[in-house]
Amino acid sequence: MAELTYREAVAAGIAQEMQRDPRVVFLGEDVASAGGVFKTTEGLLQKFGPDRVRDTPISEQAILGVAMGAAMTGLRPIAEIMFSDFLAVCWDMVANQIAKTRYMTNGQCSFPLVIRTANGAGFRFGAQHSQSVESWAMAVPGLKVVAPSTPADVIGLLAAAVRDPDPVLFFEQKSLYATKGEVPDGEHVDELGKAKVRRAGEDVTLVALGAMVARALEAAERLQSENGISATVVDLRTLVPLDTQTILSEVKRTGRLVTVEENPRLCGWGAEVASIVAEELFYDLDAPIVRVTTPHAPLPAADNLEDFVLPSVEKIVDRVRMTLG
Amino acid sequence: MTNPQASKPKAEAPGPKEDIAEAIAPATRLKLFRSQLEIRYLEKRAYDLFLQNLVKGTSHLALGQEAVAAGFGVAMRSDDYTFCTYRGHAHTLVRGVSMAGILGELMGRDCGLTRGKGGSMHLTSVEHGVMGSYAIVGAHLPIAAGAAWSARYRGTEQVAVCFFGDGATNIGAFHEALNLAAVWKLPVVFVCENNLYMEYTSIETVTAVAHPAADRASAYGLEPVLIDGNDVEAVYRIALQALAKARRGEGPSLIEAQTYRHGGHSRADPAKYRPRKEVDAWLARDPIPSYRQRLLALGFSESSLAEIEQEAQRAVDQATEQAKASPVPPTDIAGRDVWASGGSEWRN
Repeated sequence: MAELTYREAVAAGIAQEMQRDPRVVFLGEDVASAGGVFKTTEGLLQKFGPDRVRDTPISEQAILGVAMGAAMTGLRPIAEIMFSDFLAVCWDMVANQIAKTRYMTNGQCSFPLVIRTANGAGFRFGAQHSQSVESWAMAVPGLKVVAPSTPADVIGLLAAAVRDPDPVLFFEQKSLYATKGEVPDGEHVDELGKAKVRRAGEDVTLVALGAMVARALEAAERLQSENGISATVVDLRTLVPLDTQTILSEVKRTGRLVTVEENPRLCGWGAEVASIVAEELFYDLDAPIVRVTTPHAPLPAADNLEDFVLPSVEKIVDRVRMTLG
Repeated sequence: MTNPQASKPKAEAPGPKEDIAEAIAPATRLKLFRSQLEIRYLEKRAYDLFLQNLVKGTSHLALGQEAVAAGFGVAMRSDDYTFCTYRGHAHTLVRGVSMAGILGELMGRDCGLTRGKGGSMHLTSVEHGVMGSYAIVGAHLPIAAGAAWSARYRGTEQVAVCFFGDGATNIGAFHEALNLAAVWKLPVVFVCENNLYMEYTSIETVTAVAHPAADRASAYGLEPVLIDGNDVEAVYRIALQALAKARRGEGPSLIEAQTYRHGGHSRADPAKYRPRKEVDAWLARDPIPSYRQRLLALGFSESSLAEIEQEAQRAVDQATEQAKASPVPPTDIAGRDVWASGGSEWRN
């Protein structure tokens, strides 16, 4: 076991897959010579050369269009969209082209590609560089959606995404880039569609994603020590496919569900989770389902304002206490 | 030449002059003739089938624009890639795709190319190199560039040919794709079919330059190429040159082919916005009768041309019967092929 940052794990994950499979190519803005604006892709150009690791112009439609055309003709591209907010610039490629073309062609084409992007708040970048947009992607049939919360998952889920025959949106939570964690030695490949129970408890199930996993875990520790409340924390890791078995079995056991989401409130992934639990576990619930989200507003830039709107450990603790009366 | 825009071509085609002067083989000329006829008859049949309410949804016909698809289709290598638009029946057919597959798709039948899941605007036949018909204007230009990148990376010498209309030249994806393809020197040929109207609005009234594609070429370091898109041999020659240039590793081409659609933008459009005189002038330049005249003048016999006409018509008739006889697709396929696994499951 080695300790890597989440940031280093990105480059390690890409390198692992490029080493293994010559069909894997990587393109994006500032990803090659500069090593990425978040320094997530340093060393890849030197290791794999300019044919496989390519800087592009600031042309998001071209980046994803090229990735799509390459994927449907035999390559396995990884494309970077620098900030997830920029997905709006090339959403036609994501939602109309990459997502739909397998279906529209009755399965004649495959799109084994990965779109990596830095998602979420924490850097005081303001509304156009900070939003968590994974729920946009979740709403589009034909896309798989992944959001790792640890360095080990970055490597393992990225490998699974690259090897998957379908298009995967891979959301790296930028507030996690500096965090550290153990990663397995040697090749590491995980599985899409499997949530992880990060902490087992009896009284309430917290379901979280990305950067909210660590906050949910911290909230769970405080609830335990301050109130004797025992919380399960489920790290979803993948929104599509969604591991409803893990969610349902944990909520059935605890009787309570609190989702912890960095995305704005309306139609966030927690709404789908809540709907599934309400439909399928209604009579096992001991309290109303609660969603902790950012408000339905763009993200502000100032330190105190950004901190104020995000789900904090305090907010999570408060809401959990409320559901337990 | 009745089109004022065509009267001042920006430039000659790139490449050595001797290519242009070289005679086209008789068999190739007959292929060019046959290909145009097949498109013409198939598109007319598609129109008739609308009127019989057998084709639903919308459809965008290439009547009048046959020469562009035919010229390229004959010039392309069988493993080259085609990316085309929602007006893509012609570009699909010229790659050797079955007429019954096309008509069946328009009619929502099980024999359709995508069993009714794509429809008229999304004809695809990967086994023929037809990598899709794209119905968001301009979106397929970057995708074609990606296929070209992949071909070069894999060392296959395949070329991606991307057809689009004049309207696509004002959308961002056009410019993003042209720039990237030029910088990366990709083996892709961009073919703008300028039929003078985007949908219902004349392209010249909304575009800063007279030639919407050719006048943009220099912005990407490319030669401006403006051709008569109603002259199938002119199209064929320029196609050969652009394909050869791409295969030599010399990068992309951008070709503007001036042409005219005989009908409206789509099924819903009677095209009343076009001046009668303009329409008449372009009908007089119909690519098919003029090519027939040319072939006769070159010494091809009347009977050999008439035989090709009859064969093309028979093929369309047979395909029509085949498509009509095909059942509708089973409803269970509606939930298939969202994923490579064949299914559409999003949860466990």
